[in-house]
Amino acid sequence: MAERSRDTDQDALLQFLLRMGDSTLILGHRVSEWCGHAPVLEEDIALANTALDLIGQTQLWLEYAAEVQGEGKSADDLAFLRDVWDFRNLLLVELPNGDFGRTMMRQFLFDARASILLPRLMQSADTQVAEIAEKAAKEAAYHLERSAGTVVGLGDGTAESHDRMQAALDYLYPYVGEMFVSDATDAALTAAGVAPDPASLRGEYDALIERVLTEATLELPENRFARTGGRDGRMHTEHLGHLLCSMQWLQRAYPGNRW
Amino acid sequence: MSSVNPGALPETDTESRPRRQEWPLWEVFIRGQHGLNHRHVGSLHAADAEAAIRNARDVYTRRNEGVSIWVVESRHIAATAPGDKGPLFDPSQSKVYRHPTFFDIPDDVGHM
Amino acid sequence: MYAQMVRSTGKGITPREEMSAQERAFQDRVDRDDRIEPRDWMPEGYRKTLIRQIGQHAHSEIVGQLPEGNWITRAPTLERKTILLAKVQDEAGHGLYLYAAAETPGVSRDEMTEDLLSGRMKYSSIFNYPTLTWADMGAVGWLVDGAAIMNQVPLQRTSYGPYARAMVRICKEESFHQRQGYDIMMKMAQGSPEQRRMAQDALDRFWYPSLMMFGPSDAESVHSAQSMAWKIKINTNDELRQKFVDQTVPQAEYLGLTVPDEHLTWNEERGHYDFSQPDWNEFFDVLKGNGPCNTDRLAARRKAWDEGAWVREGLLAHARKKAARHTAAE
Repeated sequence: MAERSRDTDQDALLQFLLRMGDSTLILGHRVSEWCGHAPVLEEDIALANTALDLIGQTQLWLEYAAEVQGEGKSADDLAFLRDVWDFRNLLLVELPNGDFGRTMMRQFLFDARASILLPRLMQSADTQVAEIAEKAAKEAAYHLERSAGTVVGLGDGTAESHDRMQAALDYLYPYVGEMFVSDATDAALTAAGVAPDPASLRGEYDALIERVLTEATLELPENRFARTGGRDGRMHTEHLGHLLCSMQWLQRAYPGNRW
Repeated sequence: MSSVNPGALPETDTESRPRRQEWPLWEVFIRGQHGLNHRHVGSLHAADAEAAIRNARDVYTRRNEGVSIWVVESRHIAATAPGDKGPLFDPSQSKVYRHPTFFDIPDDVGHM
Repeated sequence: MYAQMVRSTGKGITPREEMSAQERAFQDRVDRDDRIEPRDWMPEGYRKTLIRQIGQHAHSEIVGQLPEGNWITRAPTLERKTILLAKVQDEAGHGLYLYAAAETPGVSRDEMTEDLLSGRMKYSSIFNYPTLTWADMGAVGWLVDGAAIMNQVPLQRTSYGPYARAMVRICKEESFHQRQGYDIMMKMAQGSPEQRRMAQDALDRFWYPSLMMFGPSDAESVHSAQSMAWKIKINTNDELRQKFVDQTVPQAEYLGLTVPDEHLTWNEERGHYDFSQPDWNEFFDVLKGNGPCNTDRLAARRKAWDEGAWVREGLLAHARKKAARHTAAE
């Protein structure tokens, strides 16, 4: 009986690590698509830094995930050799970049949650989780400073930039709720002291984004409907498959080669 | 004094050109790991000071170069004029007694 | 090189007797290896040549992001993805440093960008070639960055202070670029038959375009003579090309790859390799806009610039509002 409960915990831990690592992987990939195409050189360089941080975090989360999985796989195997249904990232991060405004709004909505979640994870009963979170938390704090600053600047900029940012928020907001939906996996992790209950983060998150969005003169949509299906892999968007087609192509076309 | 100029750089935004919506140019100063003074490392463009600091962080500390950043809009830097180089800096060349090597101290005295 | 066929005054070097007192004093400073700084007096030809050369160099870094950026989303491992992304990001940084160096003699970055997008200013021919396989990431780092470094190391001693300082920073940062390229080539050359084929194919396609980077022979060029007298250009194109070939051939041999030149032989007497010249007609075609990727490269830059206008304007408008509010509050 004890054995079985340990397996259940291990499975929940694996799901959690995939949720963390897949979200940073897919978002890092999306942000890296901007390299060489941003509106101004300074932003190009800054976006690359964000992507580098996120992919660096991915390596840590997925390495640990592979270790917990115990099938002798590497972080690369998990990133490059799973299909859509096995990915556990938030739907928010797989959405296409859209214009620069939508990319920065998505980044802000993600960073705001990371800046609250990661410090909590530094208290995790799982020391490896706590260590990864400590490194990632510093990066997330800077990402938030930057993305929040840009959201405010563009929201409170010209009429055009304001309208584009409002449109970005309207488009992305339905994907925010998924970050705070708790399921059985979360319950097991919360009970084990590994991670906080996602629902418990919502109050702080709402206060944070409201503060920034007010300064940005943007309005939160009234409809709080939450699109879900990424974190549990039940139903991703159509966009993820195309992303994986690019990302995994070399590994799929030349299996077993070393790069 | 003639050597004080409004800017360290020549004016780029002349009347003859159409008025541009270009982000201002900023000079970046970074203090490195070892507690030395802030040192000029280069320039960048940013809409305002907060953005200039963030941009400086992303552009000029990619390799762990700094622990503190200063930025100042380029047009606010006053500078010496090249023509005043002689009067300003040559006189110090003759003040050799300001340097420790000017004085011969016998070896027997030990380190000083 | 990143700056190819930069026009100078076109009149050759002004004989000393014909120089004004100011020009003579300027040339003396250059000869003494004094650095020329932004506010110093400088001949108009020097200023214009500098802007053209530094501008071309900067544009090359920016357009140069595109061929490698083409593979960031397809990099085969997480580590390769981060290395490539960091490298392409460095190129943006190098463009930024160089634009800043070109701003000091009096032309703004936005103006230079517009000159690039309108075709008035050029960038290096090399970036008009496509990157077709992952091995091209190796070849670009190994050959293209290798060729660039040949040119950039001596430019750290160029006469114009801001340019020289930018080159110092760039050379320091670039030291890993060529190595990461060669590292990719080693993995490919030692890998599966398909990977070896990719590696050889990449060398075949990038060899002559890399030799073209140095520009046609300029031993007789009046532009080069003036630029060398001003120490804006340090070596002739042929010197650098020879040095590149001498350095690269043994590296190709180590990889077990064949340099696509049947006339390539070691010349004992000269102490250098003899090698075939690239097809200079192709080079001039590429410069004229007829390379395989000219249209796409410029279109990508134009799209980024045009679609970014609202962002640049928006953030500036916010900065002005904030400043006005700040003033009103005082």
